[in-house]
Amino acid sequence: MKPALALLRRDISLAFREGGAIGTALGFYLMVVAITPLGLGPDLNLLSRIAPGILWVALLLAALLSADRIFHNDYEDGTLDVLATGPLPLPLVAAIKSLAHWITTGVPLALLAPVLGLLLNLPVETSPLLVLTMLVGTPAVSFIAAIGASLTLGLRRSGMLLALLVLPLYVPVLIFGVGSVSAAITGPASPWPPLLMLTAFSLASIVLAPLAAAAGLRNAMR
Amino acid sequence: MPSLANPTRFLDLVGRIVPWLALATAALFGVGLYLALYVAPPDYQQGETVRIMFIHVPAAWLAMFGYTLIAIASLGTLIWRHPLADVAAKTAVPIGATFTFIALVTGSLWGKPMWGTYWVWDARLTSVLVLFLLYLGLMALWQAIDEPGRAGRAAAILALVGAINVPIIKFSVDWWNTLHQPASVFRAGGSTIDPSLLTPLFVMAVAFTLLFVLLHLLAMRAEILRRRVRAMQQSQVEHATVAGA
Repeated sequence: MKPALALLRRDISLAFREGGAIGTALGFYLMVVAITPLGLGPDLNLLSRIAPGILWVALLLAALLSADRIFHNDYEDGTLDVLATGPLPLPLVAAIKSLAHWITTGVPLALLAPVLGLLLNLPVETSPLLVLTMLVGTPAVSFIAAIGASLTLGLRRSGMLLALLVLPLYVPVLIFGVGSVSAAITGPASPWPPLLMLTAFSLASIVLAPLAAAAGLRNAMR
Repeated sequence: MPSLANPTRFLDLVGRIVPWLALATAALFGVGLYLALYVAPPDYQQGETVRIMFIHVPAAWLAMFGYTLIAIASLGTLIWRHPLADVAAKTAVPIGATFTFIALVTGSLWGKPMWGTYWVWDARLTSVLVLFLLYLGLMALWQAIDEPGRAGRAAAILALVGAINVPIIKFSVDWWNTLHQPASVFRAGGSTIDPSLLTPLFVMAVAFTLLFVLLHLLAMRAEILRRRVRAMQQSQVEHATVAGA
């Protein structure tokens, strides 16, 4: 357990001390949400109806911005080779790095979302549910992004390619995440069934995605 | 299968099969199109537009068949390291993507007169669109990695992750309330389609499947030869460098 925790702590402090990465994702999130109403026109009823969708789509894009860095630096400087030959199994290494990405990207984005919701006239009483769905759904975003990051490791234009590979896999997250919040806004359906589906999808990807990411890492390092 | 692991024997076999397969495909398309366009009666509700089905349904089946084939070949790459598995997986991608595209376009042309719209975001259409995007992702990944071995294994991992979409497409019409009709050909209690339309559909489905197999074999042959040419060029360059040094 000790090396796992040490690796997690190292990745989180690297992300914070490196600076820029988290701020860029949050700034990008703000930017996308801020320019969307300018493109759609300032109709507040329309905005509050589509706010969950805009917030979720912008969150996915913002999270993908930093996704190609999940393994990149460790791959470049050789840390990944050390980790691969170390005591931790490679799927666990991939899982910890995905977890670190979630803590440093998914959680801050989810916590910023209700503030941005104000710009989109999202009903304030749905904010707790919005944050809850995002906290539940973003682990799937980070863990699946790790698969893409491992497959595109060391390639040219890896960031663009990563988005192309991974975005189709986010369709369930988007559908159930937006479905839950929209149900709470427009009724009469209950927001809980989509939230439970989102939870199931998130848990499944936490278990399965590190296996695929580890296979991708082995392939990139051989 | 082990005997096919030798690419030379495989090429030999392809050379012998292809002429007959091409003949059978052309003949079945002749019969199938005749049955579909002249013999089959117009539907009592849909009129002549029902004939779109004879292209749309086989193309959609093959879109899923193609991805399933890629997923199985990917297992072959990652687990059994069969030397032809990644050739099979790579060459099936553009063919499967094309059939998916045909299914989407014909479905959209059929949707306009029947549903009043070219596109709806129901579960079946969305999941097939995701399948198309997965095909494009696989193509992009193959293009981005130069070394064929690494590209093959990376694409295999991605293909297996995306394989979860195939059962979702199949059952989307049962799990969700979709505008797209539920399964009508293969279902418990027999098909709901009249035999006068079902027979041409089956002939067309077999013709499309043979076309897929034919195109796939030809593409595999081209890919094997392309890799040989590449290997020969590389060894030539190496010889030249050694001689020059």
